[in-house]
Amino acid sequence: MRLVAEGLACSRGGRVVFRDVSFALGAGDSLLLTGPNGAGKTSLLRLVAGLVEAMAGTVRLEGGDAELTVGQHAHFIGHLDAVKGALTAAENVDFWRAYLGGAGSGDALDAFGLADLADIPAGFLSAGQKRRLALCRLAVVPRVLWLLDEPSVSLDAQSRDTLAALVSGHVAGGGIVVASTHGDLGVPFTSTLALAGRGANP
Amino acid sequence: MTLVWALIRRDLVLAMRQGGGAGMALGFFLVVVVMLPLGLGPDQAMLTRIAPGALWVALLLSVLLSTDRIFQADYEDGALEVMLLGPVPAELIVVAKTAAHWLTTGLPLALAAPLLGIFLNLPADAFAPVVATTLIGSPALSFLGAVGAAITVGVRRGGLLLSILVLPLYVPVLIFGVSAAGAAITGPVSFGTPALILAALSLASIVLCPLAAAAALRVHFR
Repeated sequence: MRLVAEGLACSRGGRVVFRDVSFALGAGDSLLLTGPNGAGKTSLLRLVAGLVEAMAGTVRLEGGDAELTVGQHAHFIGHLDAVKGALTAAENVDFWRAYLGGAGSGDALDAFGLADLADIPAGFLSAGQKRRLALCRLAVVPRVLWLLDEPSVSLDAQSRDTLAALVSGHVAGGGIVVASTHGDLGVPFTSTLALAGRGANP
Repeated sequence: MTLVWALIRRDLVLAMRQGGGAGMALGFFLVVVVMLPLGLGPDQAMLTRIAPGALWVALLLSVLLSTDRIFQADYEDGALEVMLLGPVPAELIVVAKTAAHWLTTGLPLALAAPLLGIFLNLPADAFAPVVATTLIGSPALSFLGAVGAAITVGVRRGGLLLSILVLPLYVPVLIFGVSAAGAAITGPVSFGTPALILAALSLASIVLCPLAAAAALRVHFR
């Protein structure tokens, strides 16, 4: 399984965010995106997921299911948590597990220590708890490619450790991770891509 | 297919818990229908004559009231983009979400229509045609509305724009719905012909609107 990006360029609102971004990641590789605000970290992750159209260049997943897009092989954890306030924490995770095709075990919320909050409507959860609820998708649905956009935002120290362990475990198991962060995820990334911003070549 | 059911079930649960679905549309329907005799006066013969048309127009507006929520909430909290990365094609996501919308608005409104018809002096022998035409026609209202909802999904306060886009598309449904529903009251037109055209409009919109709505959603993610 190889994720190959060649000559990617992206423009948002008529402004070129980045151009000529290329990378290739094999099984067990992880890529850390760094750069100042507006350098295009989020745009690059959304572009790989297929949620933003590339101005130039291609992304492909070699060895994947040809019927599916790159995005359908991927977990995309963006700025929005995709958590429904009117559903309980357990119902939120159970829906995503059923919808995204995860395995049917009952301990979905244990991964991020949310088991005690299973029956609470998610609207009453704090920002960090909602984030953990969103990250539960990583644990309950197996997908080869993880695209994590600032995954540790509003997480407490213990949850950051849980996330780091989850990411390390995924990489060790032959998965591919592309993550952006301003802080430290506590994971040894195999490579780093610094986006310079203002359309300059990285 | 089970995934489509999962989507529909989730939207039904959300509609029931959050309100703003069936209850609000029914309330709006009731208020509009009650307003009409107050505004037009108590002439019973006239009310009978306009009852099918008035019920249909009130139904259109009530359905329209909630169509902008079909995709908006899921767009705003990021659920829609996760859905698009799932195994279900965008067209089927549209079908599932719009079917849930119909089950929570079109269906209860259609069933309530004859009850509210009493306010408009709707004769008892017109109850069945009114229910039949609103049941046949309301899927078209939900699916045409879904196209507008998909186009305006990223627009702040897109509800008004949605109405302007969608209401003209409702015109054929309204014309054939009213002429079939009113056949029992006003005479020479038969019920069958306009009802069949109405059914054709509904079926065509169930097939074609998901394609258009899915294309509009994809435009928002590029």
